[in-house]
Amino acid sequence: MLSLALAWRNLWRHRRRTWLTVGSMIFSNLLLIFAISLQLSTYEQMIKNSLRAFSAPLQLQKTGYNVDQKMRLALNNGKLLVASLSEAFPKLAIAPRAQAFVLGASETRSLGIAVAGVDKTAETRLSSIPTSMLRGAYLTGRAGEVVIGEALARSLQIDIGDELTLLGSGYDGSFAAAVQTVSGIFRTGVIELDKSVVQINWSDFDAIFFMGARVHSIALAPDSLNELARYQQSLQAFIDTSDIKTQSHNTELELLNWQALHPEIKQSIEADFASAWFMYAVLIALVAFSVLNTQLMSVLERTREFGIMMAIGCSNGVLVRLIVIENFLLAGLGFVLGLVAGGALVFYFSHAGLVLSGMEEAAALYNVPSTLYPQLSPLALLLGPSVLLLFCLLASLYPALRLIRLQPIMAMRAK
Amino acid sequence: MSAIQCRKLLKQFVQGEQLVRGLDEVDLEVEAGEFVCLSGPSGSGKTTLLNALGGLDSLDAGQVQVAGQQVEQLSKNQRAKLRLTNIGFVFQAYNLIPVLSALENVEFVMQLQGRSKQERREKALAVLAEVGLQGLEARRPSQLSGGQQQRVAVARAIASEPDLVLADEPTANLDSASASQLIDLFLQLNAKHGLTFVIATHDQRVMQRCRRLITMQDGKIIADVRQDAAA
Repeated sequence: MLSLALAWRNLWRHRRRTWLTVGSMIFSNLLLIFAISLQLSTYEQMIKNSLRAFSAPLQLQKTGYNVDQKMRLALNNGKLLVASLSEAFPKLAIAPRAQAFVLGASETRSLGIAVAGVDKTAETRLSSIPTSMLRGAYLTGRAGEVVIGEALARSLQIDIGDELTLLGSGYDGSFAAAVQTVSGIFRTGVIELDKSVVQINWSDFDAIFFMGARVHSIALAPDSLNELARYQQSLQAFIDTSDIKTQSHNTELELLNWQALHPEIKQSIEADFASAWFMYAVLIALVAFSVLNTQLMSVLERTREFGIMMAIGCSNGVLVRLIVIENFLLAGLGFVLGLVAGGALVFYFSHAGLVLSGMEEAAALYNVPSTLYPQLSPLALLLGPSVLLLFCLLASLYPALRLIRLQPIMAMRAK
Repeated sequence: MSAIQCRKLLKQFVQGEQLVRGLDEVDLEVEAGEFVCLSGPSGSGKTTLLNALGGLDSLDAGQVQVAGQQVEQLSKNQRAKLRLTNIGFVFQAYNLIPVLSALENVEFVMQLQGRSKQERREKALAVLAEVGLQGLEARRPSQLSGGQQQRVAVARAIASEPDLVLADEPTANLDSASASQLIDLFLQLNAKHGLTFVIATHDQRVMQRCRRLITMQDGKIIADVRQDAAA
């Protein structure tokens, strides 16, 4: 305890220097906590928004469908599959989906578009499109209705009540055509969706494209992304061990998570995280050098005192321990106060939100809302400060090594 | 029984372009319980000899035996342990740890020895009382006079219950009264605990009261006189 008291008092021999060093640590920890919290919650929001628009955290499909979205790569007995999965996993949101690429034509224009056949009730639990209606209403189940992205509606120059002609190929290769009436226009903020996707009722899709109750995918979503791995494991086990394949006449069932479905999202997050960590590393290195400088100054100016301590019987180990304790107290103080300051800042912005004024378009490009709410999590709170703490502790090694090399008589002669 | 045995101690320094002998084949034997003064002009080798005895400085040749251990054969940490258990140091400039109180300064060496908190607290209080600093235990060095600081240094030196106390110019920074009191204290500790004292000094008052006066010059012992010390 005397060593601890000695180390603590040594710290405060130069109050201003100690506070400046601790201050730099607090500021760095505050920045790290805020930036990492913002980053992680932005990623989560980006993933959620991307997946909620018209994808899913998990997707059941015929093997290879995500790579080659051919009409014929469909799952048999869509209703049976959905019923079996719903029974086995009642807490999951489960939505059957079918998709075709067609020529969409209004009175004046025609464009290549994607038509999705969906179950309106299931989509409401899983997708953000039902809640992104700009005009009109989402699908009601009535035959012949279609909802369309805002940018696409603008391109085709159609509005609510107008007709949209769909021309394409059916499941069996025959000609498929239908005229649907626009009942709603949505804006998800996901540019690709808003300019190229329309949704119709699954029953309409089945009839127009001669699907014979087939679907192309079944979207599955747990309440939280944290449960994803657990559900993926359970679902895979269910697919492998139950007789769902036999019953539904699907020999090739593939379960994919969002990372496999959208590797581009994962890659962009990893790239962004790596570049951010380069900046964090610079910050951490600067602070670690500032701590090293403080410790080295502190050791150098006390060289004579260390000589005296050696003379009265202090071993190398005792002196090194003293320096390490001093450094631990210094770094620990910066760590704790930094956690409090950083935590308070994130807590404030998690309620008040951080508005990215003038960056709405850029944010939409990455499926990120223009107001960000950083979320406090143990990872965001501890990751940066822990790395900083580690490097600051390592910064005590050099002054400690200098002490080990010191000879008592030379140290006692120091001025 | 010998507390110190030195054979042919040689320590050389480079001064400018010349090689100077700080210790020039010094032989010395000090019996346990002796009260010895090393005298001589500046640069005569007194401090160099004390440093060699305490294992603070390395030698170019010769053997030093303290408390039965060959000092020159010990590692840096082994020498530190030897000083911790067998040797107490008192310096001219007191050299207390400024951020610790008088009590804590004395306790510190006992903590290094691994004694329990209660034991070292009791012992530190007793030693400080013995050197006449009762009531001043909580004061930091900056709150004590030079004489009081030197008494704390003495208390620190003897708290570890060493066999030998090495003192380098302990009265140099003290006024006459404080210096006289310090010598009284040294003699009292020598008499009471049988501690061996080797004191390097210029101070005539100290030299007059020691029982053995060794005079050094140019790194050599030129006189070794046993005398009746004044009480």
